[in-house]
Amino acid sequence: MKNRWIALYVENQVGVLAKVSGLFSGKSYNLQSLTVGTTEDETVSRMTICVTSDDITFEQIKKQLNRMVEVIKVIDLTDVPLHMKEILFAKVLNISAEEKQEVFRIAQVFQVEVTDIGNDSALLECMLTERRNNELIALLRKKFRRIEVVRGGAVAIESISTSCR
Amino acid sequence: MDITGRKLFVKALQEEGVDTVFAYPGGNVTDILDELYKQDVIDVVLPRHEQGLVHEAEGYARATGRVGVCLVTSGPGATNTLTGLADAHYDSIPLVCFTGQVPLSLIGNDAFQEVDIVGMARGITKYSVTVRKREDLGRIIKMAFHIAATGKPGPVLIDIPKDIQTAAGPSEYPSSVQIRGYRPNEGVHVGQLKKAYKLLRAAKRPLILAGGGINIAGANDKLLAFVEKTQVPLVTTIMGKGAIPTGHPLYVGNSGMHGRYAANIAVSRCDVLFSIGTRFNDRITGDLNEFAPKAKIVHIDVDTASISRNVVVDVPVVADANVALEKLLEWAETKDTEAWQTQIAEWNKENPLEMRRDHGMTPQMVFEHVNRTFGNAVYVTDVGQHQMWAAQYLELDDWHRLVTSGGLGTMGFGFPAAIGAAIGSPEKAVVCFTGDGGFQMNIQEMATAVTQEVPVIVCLFNNQYLGMVRQMQQFFYGKRYEATCLRRRKGCPANCKGPNPSCPPYTPDFVALAESYGAHGIRVEREDEIQAALDAARGFSDAPTVIEFVIASDENVLPMVKGGNPMSEMILK
Repeated sequence: MKNRWIALYVENQVGVLAKVSGLFSGKSYNLQSLTVGTTEDETVSRMTICVTSDDITFEQIKKQLNRMVEVIKVIDLTDVPLHMKEILFAKVLNISAEEKQEVFRIAQVFQVEVTDIGNDSALLECMLTERRNNELIALLRKKFRRIEVVRGGAVAIESISTSCR
Repeated sequence: MDITGRKLFVKALQEEGVDTVFAYPGGNVTDILDELYKQDVIDVVLPRHEQGLVHEAEGYARATGRVGVCLVTSGPGATNTLTGLADAHYDSIPLVCFTGQVPLSLIGNDAFQEVDIVGMARGITKYSVTVRKREDLGRIIKMAFHIAATGKPGPVLIDIPKDIQTAAGPSEYPSSVQIRGYRPNEGVHVGQLKKAYKLLRAAKRPLILAGGGINIAGANDKLLAFVEKTQVPLVTTIMGKGAIPTGHPLYVGNSGMHGRYAANIAVSRCDVLFSIGTRFNDRITGDLNEFAPKAKIVHIDVDTASISRNVVVDVPVVADANVALEKLLEWAETKDTEAWQTQIAEWNKENPLEMRRDHGMTPQMVFEHVNRTFGNAVYVTDVGQHQMWAAQYLELDDWHRLVTSGGLGTMGFGFPAAIGAAIGSPEKAVVCFTGDGGFQMNIQEMATAVTQEVPVIVCLFNNQYLGMVRQMQQFFYGKRYEATCLRRRKGCPANCKGPNPSCPPYTPDFVALAESYGAHGIRVEREDEIQAALDAARGFSDAPTVIEFVIASDENVLPMVKGGNPMSEMILK
């Protein structure tokens, strides 16, 4: 069992997201994250999907996706050079002035922005890899009493000459 | 010049060559029905329930190979089609099901008879969509017929809001359609197929496993030629039964849960299993670790997703059965399989397929008479014990085909499917085998059969039980016959162990019931009455006949493999 990534080109139509996500629930595939947005061609959407599965199940998932009429192309991103990033907002709440300084130090280390601030809170805006986001959340959870997190799921595109995942 | 959606709808069906629409009316399809009234190219068949309707369309499609067309209203009309759509999806039957929908502006408002049928049908159709713009209607109908009939066939659901039916728009119906995400497999990877053939050529104990894909592709002649050339014995799945004539010396029988002893043993002993058009369903494999344990497995299927899903195969080949067999025939050489054939024949002699004969009238006797009686016939079954007996004892060839609900196992399928088959192929006799449980699940279709004047012959096996489950209760649940006795009434004792002299009478009286519909009814209780009943039924060309065969309650389907056990571990007695 390991995490695997798929880029999925689909028709940009009503119900396609439901059909794709329904496949994962209906067949008990373990979906980690799914993001979707339109592409340079507005009739086409591209999904980035992360699943946890063994080899045989993953092959089956790709085949099942491929046979859907609305699916235009399935690309296995698991072992190809990529740029993969995930957007994440983390709000740190009920913090003292000293703790606020700590938030800024963490932001500096992680190279993310403090994008909003209040008397006893601060908002981090992060565009990191999924793993780096996980590490950041783990750190914030350890250091502060109350945090609020929203994440967008990873989006990925094949590399040109460098890669980052 | 612009025309209404409803006019374009009828034009589209005519251009697709549709001759029959199975339709049940309702508020949101009345416009289309009104348009159908004005023409006389397409017959409109009115069933008595939408579930029956879809099975009728399935029977039509299964018997003719043409696309079955359904038209139902929104809401309950649409939800009643779901079982049939799932059935067609599982068995790869080409259907186009049109559902009426509330007007676009009302969708989402909990309007009267509004349901999200596309959402419900998504997982059990090949494609399903709501038409949201009048100008898309023609293209979407074209897509529907194309998708339903090509590649691995299947049902397509098209949901048409009422205002789309009445809105004016383009009058053109496209002659072709391009779908960028849909490219059915038309070729075959020759290198891969050669590898598969090399395995077969080198095998000492080769066996071909033919599934429903052979019958769907109509690859029967090519398969027969291949089998005869190579002299490789063949077993089938239930859906594959009839892939080659059942009387052929190289045909071993059905494999699987209620398969022939020799067929299952052959699968477990063969060294190459050359399978075509099967999904290796659990009813075929049993315990996966013990399935064909000595064999290298070849798997030819048009659906990539069927390959290496249940059984990991040694040589996968993605291809339509026809295309693959055509290529294989170019290479086919004769093999010496005589010793292996003799071995299989010995297994068959050890445990032949046979019911005891000291027990009154048995289902086997009925099938023996049927086999002798009908020339050009479509046999249709419902689901349950009688279905397995039919799969075991019916003789099939070019003139005798079997229509059955193999994948979903839908009780209530048989009788309406037989009506649809008779409507689609009026030149053939249609014989429906059913049980007293399944027949009652769509018994209202008696009226459809009578009004359509289809002389379907219903061979109803009445054992007064839901026999397949009763059999499981007998073998695996200590004879606790809960909810399987169809004679049981309120006053019966709680822990009944089976029929006894104080049992209440059976209801309904099937003969009287048939007659009340204007059909013919005959009750048969002894072997010497079977032939006369079949002959009488053949004589009725105006209306269906129900022949009720009263059989013993404790008649079992044997051999039998317990679900999840190895196929070589058969219960024989």
